[in-house]
Amino acid sequence: MTSTEAAVARIRASASRIRQRSLKMVHHSGLGHPGGDLSAADILATLYLSVLRREAGDPLSPSRDRFIMSKGHCSGALYATLAEVGILEPEQLGTYMTPLSLLNGHPDRNKVCGVEANTGPLGHGLPIGVGCALAAKMDKADWRTFVLTGDGELQEGSNWEAAMAASQYKLDNLTVIVDRNRIQQGDFTENTINMEPLADRWRAFNWAVAEVEGNDPAALLECFSALPFEPGRPSCILAHTTKGMGVSFMKNKPEWHHKIPSDAQLAEALRELEECAG
Amino acid sequence: MSDLFDCREAFATTLEELASTDQSIVVVVNDSISSTRLGGFKKLYPERFINVGIAEQNMVGVGAGLASAGKVPFVCGASCFLTGRALEQVKVDLGYAKNNVKLCGMSSGVAYGELGPTHHSIEDFAWTRVIGNLVVVAPADPIETRSMLRAIAAYHGPVFFRLSRMPVPNVHAEYYQFRLGKASRLREGGDLTIIANGVMVARALAAAEALEAEGISARVLNMSSIKPLDADAVVAAARETGAIVTVEEHSIYGGLGGAVAEVVAGSFPVRIHIMGFPGFAPTGSASFLLEHFGLTADGIAEAARGLVSKRGA
Repeated sequence: MTSTEAAVARIRASASRIRQRSLKMVHHSGLGHPGGDLSAADILATLYLSVLRREAGDPLSPSRDRFIMSKGHCSGALYATLAEVGILEPEQLGTYMTPLSLLNGHPDRNKVCGVEANTGPLGHGLPIGVGCALAAKMDKADWRTFVLTGDGELQEGSNWEAAMAASQYKLDNLTVIVDRNRIQQGDFTENTINMEPLADRWRAFNWAVAEVEGNDPAALLECFSALPFEPGRPSCILAHTTKGMGVSFMKNKPEWHHKIPSDAQLAEALRELEECAG
Repeated sequence: MSDLFDCREAFATTLEELASTDQSIVVVVNDSISSTRLGGFKKLYPERFINVGIAEQNMVGVGAGLASAGKVPFVCGASCFLTGRALEQVKVDLGYAKNNVKLCGMSSGVAYGELGPTHHSIEDFAWTRVIGNLVVVAPADPIETRSMLRAIAAYHGPVFFRLSRMPVPNVHAEYYQFRLGKASRLREGGDLTIIANGVMVARALAAAEALEAEGISARVLNMSSIKPLDADAVVAAARETGAIVTVEEHSIYGGLGGAVAEVVAGSFPVRIHIMGFPGFAPTGSASFLLEHFGLTADGIAEAARGLVSKRGA
């Protein structure tokens, strides 16, 4: 097994645990957004295990790469990822959205060390990411900023304000990853507000764009390793994902945006994920 | 008549001074370079001057990102757009996330006069005052502008700093030091208290002078710190003078008057007359509009007489 193959195997195992844990959290609290948690799991696992520069034991190291979860409603997947890398205790995940828990439905950087921005209202992450990337440029520092957005989220105009500023300031230390699962709360994105031609839209804003199979850790790893795609331009990764990925009856079904699995459904989902990971 | 000053000059020169000793200070604007008087800052510190274009939501988010990476951003733009257009970013990215951003709302109140209610900012105290963790301040003159900027730069946390462009005289002595959460008592008095801030402070002082000639002794407080409010000074005013006029270049709803009333109602209830704008203003220059709504020394004195005459009634 090559070192890349070993890394991919670790990411796959981690993504499966992120899926299982976030489904358990959603089931236990009776709240959350399982569909988006499942679509983003591979992206999160790849970033945290193999891409982001982090210092063990110092989640706030000034030279760390910043990751901003702009799609803050998928906090379950984010918390489960932070547990994967030892920032959160796995036992803490059981408190998700329970009274006085630090694990709010949307992440709070003042409650969870390792959360970089308070998100939840859509379209906030990318402007904050632009500010981070500008700060790094001012300091001539080499840490990078990554922002994960939903695809429906891009209907918020603030993203495009930020996209213009990022290319104006040549922020090649900034990467946006779009979790392109084609489903938003109410329906498929294309039945709501057509997002296409999405890659061309980013290119028109002077971003360098790559498209990748967003539930394939090997492809993701290769894509991240090519950053920045062009010197002097911010990078956009359109990660083509499947909402509800990993659980047959949740896949590509708009209702699983925020539907809560029953006891039997959770058991079946965990069984499928376990089988797949094995 | 004392000299009148546009506080933006003091604002710009003080920011330049602060930036000369503190490398972490940066400025973010929404194309508003001349109206913020920050052209000089841009020349001196081009690498610390970010112009995001006409995009206020992004501007506030960029400020939050800069602050989270250790910068002290002064995010500057016309108050009407900075607060109204980007209010959710102000709430979440600054207040809730506790990012160390200094939001500078320029040309607040009715300073834009004839440009009309789209450009007036008579809602900004109300909008910002309810946001958790957000400090809200407004200086009355150039001396306070300088002192206040130094104080908010030294304070770690999000601040809304509201600055008018209407010319005002200096009402403070050169040695005056602004303190967060403290009112400055500019005139002693026992018959009533006039609580003002921003451009209305000089007018409140002129009203108190006119009242003195009639035998009415008015205390004048400059409540430049709206949040935290100097509750002790408000309670003392109620207890010791028995009546309060509040006056601000803002809506009569939810601003200084509202903040004072919240404290008075819960501590030592006395009559309060809240002066400001009842709603959108008609067409007219800033000075015309202040006069039109009685926000003048004469108007304040009249409100004060009314309150004093009702005493005991």
